[in-house]
Amino acid sequence: MALSAQVVSALAAIVGETGIVVSPEGRMTYECDMHTFYKGAPDVVVLPTSAEQVEAIVGVCRAHRVPIVPRGSGTGLIGGAMAPAGGVMVSMTRMNAILEIDLASRCATVQPGLINLWLTRAVAGRGWFFAPDPSSQMVSSIGGNVSTNAGGPHCLKYGITTNHVLGLEIVTGRGERLRLGGKAPDPPGYDLVGTAVGAEGTFGLVTAVTVRLLHAPEAVKTVLAAFRSVVEASQTVSAIIAAGMIPAALEMLDAAMIGAINAGTGAGYPADAGAVLLIELDGPRAEVEAQGVRAAALCREHGALSVSVARDEAERALLWKGRKEAAGAVGRLTAAYLLQDAVVPRSKLPDIMREMAAIGERQGLLIANVFHAGDGNLHPIICYDDRDPAQLARAKEANESLLRACIALGGSVTGEHGVGVDKAKNLPLQYGEADLNFMYRLRGVFDPRGLMNPGKLLPSHPACGEGFRPARPVLPEGAWV
Amino acid sequence: MPGGSQGEGRAGGLASAEGLAGLRACVHCGICLPQCPTYRVLGEEMDSPRGRLYLMRAVAEGRLDITDGYTRHLDLCLGCRACETACPAGVPFGRLLETARGDMERRRGRGRPGLRGLLLALFPHPDRVGALLALARLYRQVGLQRLVRARGWLARAPGLAAMDVLLDRLPAAVPVPEYLPGREPVRGRVGLLAGCVQRHLYPDVNRDTARLLSLAGWDVVTQARQGCCGALDLHAGRLGTFRRRARALTAAFPRDLDWVVTNAAGCGSAMREYGHWLPDGEAAALAGRTRDVSELLADADLPLRPLPLTVTYHDACHLAHGQRVRAEPRAMLRRIPGLRLVELADSDLCCGSAGIYNILEPEMAGRLAEMKVESIVETGATAVATGNPGCLMQIAAGLRRRGSAVEVVHPVTLLARAAGVGEP
Ligand code: SF4
Ligand code: SF4
Repeated sequence: MALSAQVVSALAAIVGETGIVVSPEGRMTYECDMHTFYKGAPDVVVLPTSAEQVEAIVGVCRAHRVPIVPRGSGTGLIGGAMAPAGGVMVSMTRMNAILEIDLASRCATVQPGLINLWLTRAVAGRGWFFAPDPSSQMVSSIGGNVSTNAGGPHCLKYGITTNHVLGLEIVTGRGERLRLGGKAPDPPGYDLVGTAVGAEGTFGLVTAVTVRLLHAPEAVKTVLAAFRSVVEASQTVSAIIAAGMIPAALEMLDAAMIGAINAGTGAGYPADAGAVLLIELDGPRAEVEAQGVRAAALCREHGALSVSVARDEAERALLWKGRKEAAGAVGRLTAAYLLQDAVVPRSKLPDIMREMAAIGERQGLLIANVFHAGDGNLHPIICYDDRDPAQLARAKEANESLLRACIALGGSVTGEHGVGVDKAKNLPLQYGEADLNFMYRLRGVFDPRGLMNPGKLLPSHPACGEGFRPARPVLPEGAWV
Repeated sequence: MPGGSQGEGRAGGLASAEGLAGLRACVHCGICLPQCPTYRVLGEEMDSPRGRLYLMRAVAEGRLDITDGYTRHLDLCLGCRACETACPAGVPFGRLLETARGDMERRRGRGRPGLRGLLLALFPHPDRVGALLALARLYRQVGLQRLVRARGWLARAPGLAAMDVLLDRLPAAVPVPEYLPGREPVRGRVGLLAGCVQRHLYPDVNRDTARLLSLAGWDVVTQARQGCCGALDLHAGRLGTFRRRARALTAAFPRDLDWVVTNAAGCGSAMREYGHWLPDGEAAALAGRTRDVSELLADADLPLRPLPLTVTYHDACHLAHGQRVRAEPRAMLRRIPGLRLVELADSDLCCGSAGIYNILEPEMAGRLAEMKVESIVETGATAVATGNPGCLMQIAAGLRRRGSAVEVVHPVTLLARAAGVGEP
């Protein structure tokens, strides 16, 4: 659907000639996010610099019934920031200011395009940090983190994005600019902030976010343990959690990822291990020391080949650089892959890792693993050659089998990446008809015309709001409670 | 066949197996975005490394033609290779860009040369640069520069205006001896690349480099007749010309040198790439022997006296990203007694110089210079050191525009002062 010249000039009048992208080459680069499998170029991209401009853009789109797709840094893994129905893409990259830092209230207010890590950088010198740390934090935007309710390695202890958002300003699909929540704790009435976090742009466009800041812990200890196999490493994870410890982070990488990351970042993980665990402990110094000793002992009890502790901040930073850049390092293994975000109860980790190995073998595909072991959030990376249709078919089959295996073990279809277009079709595995219909009605309250990020988050798009019927009545009896 | 002189590198376009493999290594993760200067300024995907790679791949796979739009986004790329440093997937962005520009150059063909063609005809020729500078000196001495600036005659030619500003510094020629024996005990023999721009605009840096190397025990050979390293042609995608220059420069140096030393990051980076573009033979061997001056002087035995200065350091792109040399220049400065080195925020973000980029893309270059100067001033340092003539000019012009008195120097200049071999 090409936009009328009238719409384009109305948008250009709002953001100026340098704030709008109409060229075919320009639009092409916006046709996908990190999930390059799903492509849909917008008809035009606008790059607003203020909430007022965003409000005006939504006004124009409402008047002409044009779909709106928000985009932050385009690092999402679910096809959230692409335009399946064309329309106007609103890129938030120029709205990246820190509006206020209020340490007395332990919070900061930022524009949505601000890169996650830049907030921590701005306050680190004074001993503070922003806790949610998706692995993409060196590039992903806080607006995108809010929209997908992103998690990250340290969310095991500190909680996910929603636990750190105090207030939101959003321009809804009705064209109203709302201020939800705020600095003061426990605002009266409905928890609309909680509702809007993770809405993936289906309620409207986030124009400002007030987030909680935390004071950095007194001590941090990072332990690296190498194991013969992922199964042994998984058993160790269960043991650590069962011992009552809550590490700040508890990450696992398998042999394929260790190789790719070592080549990509020089992180220097033990090259001959079948799996490594990255265990981070933080808090008061005495407690961290004691926990470090216990965690190391548990690793050894479970057959660790080696256990080492990062000696200084530089060594620790390098270990984390390796882990955080894992998604990019995958480029050293394969040009194309399917990435999952499923969750299993922690105690089932050894089972699912065995099952995964079997699936990979059956389909003849490499499945690499790097994930948040501490909360059972898996990120299997199913590698295939996109020039071979047969391999793609096998990869999809492996993907499907894996997802079902996770659900059968009492898990969930997505942990932290969000739903987007990629996982919308899987929601009926997890929710009943009434649940999904209610979500549709809720979406309609914020966006009655169905213009905000259409095709994302909820499966299929019923003609008129109400009346969702699951495409496939697939809920296995008792699989999901 | 790698590199016939008339076919501008016809052998390996983007669509070659090598080109496609490089492009397919990009998994679209975006980790490179915040490191890209043009993305930092514009926030636009098509002017980011990921976007540029996406377009290059579309061209390589035949889904997109080499359109004006495509050319524009690749022209706006500084070739700074910050994205390459950032990329965990090992995407060889610099080579892909040069290959893409080779493809573009073939399409551009022999059309109107324009400002770009003019510059490419000028800089790789030390004699022509020298002649032009003589003219420029005249231009200033007879007061023409003041007149031109007062009348705003260059307002409609931003590229020339940028040149006018950069040319503010026109030193007198300083001879560098063809042979300077090393102080005993002699460690070996090195060649010094004089550089097309360096030898005319910063001749004292060459002189100081030679003196310091000699002091550190190296016999230093600096032939008067060296050609150009070919860096500008390489970055412009004129691969055939580049290969010709690379061969000629290789032939100009004696074969028994331990090292060939450069003090211009852009030249060193291009020379270290010789092995890729001319895989077998002498040029590849020269690439293996090329070192930045800081790599030889960082831990050399030098008598140094105190220099009470607060200095900050800007990473030239073709040193930090192109040659992965970051620690040595800093170490070289830190060893000067009394000198306090303070870190510069975003020290490895391009200053906008990038070869002839600042003349071709004055607007983007100007924005980047402003950002760089802002960070420099914030450090409170009284001098900023950087190891590339382009950066020296660009940052000096930026500081001048801001009315700042911060001194801009090559690290070698400070080391020479401390060693008592520089001037004054
Ligand atoms: S070039 Fe590297 S860092 Fe940039 S998007 Fe591609 S894989 Fe990621
Ligand atoms: S070479 Fe520099 S300007 Fe070009 S894409 Fe990479 S980081 Fe950006």
